[in-house]
Amino acid sequence: MEPAQNAGRRSFLKKCLTGAALLGAGGGGGLLATGEPGAPFAKSRVVVARDPMLRGTGATVDLRRIEALLDRALQALFDRDHPIEAWKKLVHPGEMVGLKVNTLGGRGVASNLQLVEAICDRLQKAGIKAGDIVVWDRDSEEMEHAGFHLSMGGNRVQCYGTDHVDYEEDLAAYGSVGSRLSKILTQRCNVLINVPVLKDHDGAGVTIGLKNMYGVIHNPNKYHPNGCDPYIADLNMLPEIRTRMRLTICDATTVLYEGGPGFKPEHSWKCNALLVAQDPVALDHTGWQMIERKRAEMGLKTLKAEDRAPNYIATAADAQHRLGTNDPRRISMVEV
Amino acid sequence: MSFELDTQQGESSVLRGNRSPFDRRSFLRCALASGAALGLTEFSAPAAGMPAAADAQKQDEAQFTVEAKFYHKLANRKIKCDLCPRGCTVGDKERGYCGVRENRGGTYYSLVHSRVCAAHVDPIEKKPLFHYLPGTVAFSLATAGCNVNCKFCQNWNISQSRPEQVPAEYAPPRRIADLARQYNCPTIAYTYSEPVVFAEFLMDVADAGHEAGIRSIVVSNGYMQEEALKAAYGKMDAVKIDLKSFSESYYRDVVTGQLKPVLESLVTLKNMGKWTEIVYLVVPGLNDGDAEFRVLATWIKTNLGEDVPLHFTQFHPEYLLKNLPITPVPTLERAKAIADAEGLHYVYIGNVPGHPAQNTYCPKCRRLLVERVGFTAGQMLIRKNSCPFCSHPIPGVWHV
Repeated sequence: MEPAQNAGRRSFLKKCLTGAALLGAGGGGGLLATGEPGAPFAKSRVVVARDPMLRGTGATVDLRRIEALLDRALQALFDRDHPIEAWKKLVHPGEMVGLKVNTLGGRGVASNLQLVEAICDRLQKAGIKAGDIVVWDRDSEEMEHAGFHLSMGGNRVQCYGTDHVDYEEDLAAYGSVGSRLSKILTQRCNVLINVPVLKDHDGAGVTIGLKNMYGVIHNPNKYHPNGCDPYIADLNMLPEIRTRMRLTICDATTVLYEGGPGFKPEHSWKCNALLVAQDPVALDHTGWQMIERKRAEMGLKTLKAEDRAPNYIATAADAQHRLGTNDPRRISMVEV
Repeated sequence: MSFELDTQQGESSVLRGNRSPFDRRSFLRCALASGAALGLTEFSAPAAGMPAAADAQKQDEAQFTVEAKFYHKLANRKIKCDLCPRGCTVGDKERGYCGVRENRGGTYYSLVHSRVCAAHVDPIEKKPLFHYLPGTVAFSLATAGCNVNCKFCQNWNISQSRPEQVPAEYAPPRRIADLARQYNCPTIAYTYSEPVVFAEFLMDVADAGHEAGIRSIVVSNGYMQEEALKAAYGKMDAVKIDLKSFSESYYRDVVTGQLKPVLESLVTLKNMGKWTEIVYLVVPGLNDGDAEFRVLATWIKTNLGEDVPLHFTQFHPEYLLKNLPITPVPTLERAKAIADAEGLHYVYIGNVPGHPAQNTYCPKCRRLLVERVGFTAGQMLIRKNSCPFCSHPIPGVWHV
């Protein structure tokens, strides 16, 4: 049963407006803007940036080193000599930028604080005001448990959960999904940078960028059957998400290759890497393969053998969704 | 009272709604509803139907959290829920499909014990229960959450929300029982959202109610595992089951559930001797075929008996089915005619105020026995569980 698409005049107008924004975004900042120039079918570029010495001799990620890692990743993604030039290709002064982090796993495996700090710094250097940056997830308490310090108001970078502002009252619907969206997404930002973590997931197979959008809606529990397929793909089709999504910076500094999504130290891996892409499907596909390789190395079965292959990634790439590509031939993986 | 509010599609509730201020439509609905609500000071906000403050205080989670009764532990701190047929396997820090049960380090918790997000004093006819204490009122309550996701849900604001997204009051079982008695309610009704998901709370309230001489009734989808059903609904005095269709595909596509376990629940309830009535919401184009009505009626007659009341109710566009029209009254009349012809004795039409098929007639002499206007029972002529005209037994619980 297809959900109702005609949810009243107000919703219709909203959809028309977001539709216009979607079309307008296709010119220079569209999903596959980082494809290789001149190619008949532009490839989606996924940058995998690694630094084995990211933590130095300690356990904590070093801020300077992750800044450098982030810079290398952005330069490689946008073919720029200077990192801030890369960021300026992505965002523009006056825009309100939301960083959707993932804090469900607590301190063990949440979006890295130093990484988020580095992103905020680079955004400001690219001309975004601190007060126009909001770091957010669904729940403030979970954010605090993950080490984030909440901050609301003033000219500082904002940091809080949806519980502070609530969800939209109207439903946003596409395909199998009908949900209320976080007002942080709809009212506090017009650019979305997705900052997920790379994790195994007992139901979905893996949880990376596409699934991180479950933290945007009020009812994620309704979308876990059937390995979250097609729910994840349908959710990412919502214009409110799709038109804002500019970049995914996946934190793979600590990766959970088994037993997720809750933190299992015995199955965590200090990978010391970042995955960066504008194509969210290509990034998820690449992250999935990384997890499979690690599982093989550790003598674990493939996710398919465990009957939990992340089929939602293929759905996100299919003709109905076209959120990106999962075809390895159309993914240009750049390792730096 | 607004017609929209009165629909039996899924009883509408009077609640504070969401943490955000209401839109105009919601506000009007609640404001209208408050006319029917009582001034329950203990539940002032839900009963008054006023918008909650946007920055509602963070609720104290601990007081609502109890270990779930129906689950078992798995390896790697996972659990498997044994409450409903969905049988969610839930990893650490995750919740089940219902959104109100959470795995914390390998132990599964209900987050909605004593967490009442809607409370109201309703006529029992609104449930609807037509053969159980007609003309009385029920102290009706709900928590957030549901184990299905019906695309026509009228109360999706609470049923499809997580508990922390809906303002609620701490109302432990004894307090519920006290309030019910205070407002002269012979029954406590678990309703509005889906009581399956707050089974632990329901069981404790039922015990407290029975100690105070107050009975319990539940309005449920019946989508429950057998052992949980026996334990939880074993404490109920009457049950209304929403049988949403007689087709597995409808349950899969529109309800996000399964038909078979619901039918099994109905049979289990019959074997338990629970007074049960069935509601079938007729949705245009989706579950309104003659063949489906016929097989439904035949199944009820064969498996539950000809005396089980069956209510065909009118659909109103809501939630994710706003694109469909209201069920035409002739469709409901056709459904009733088919069920009558199949031999069911008590087939009602609901949600159509003033329709004669809201009344109870003697199946033998056809005389009017209970006249209903809206949700109020007018004359009630049944005496000693029998028709006063021909002495034919009329099944039900007619007197307190």
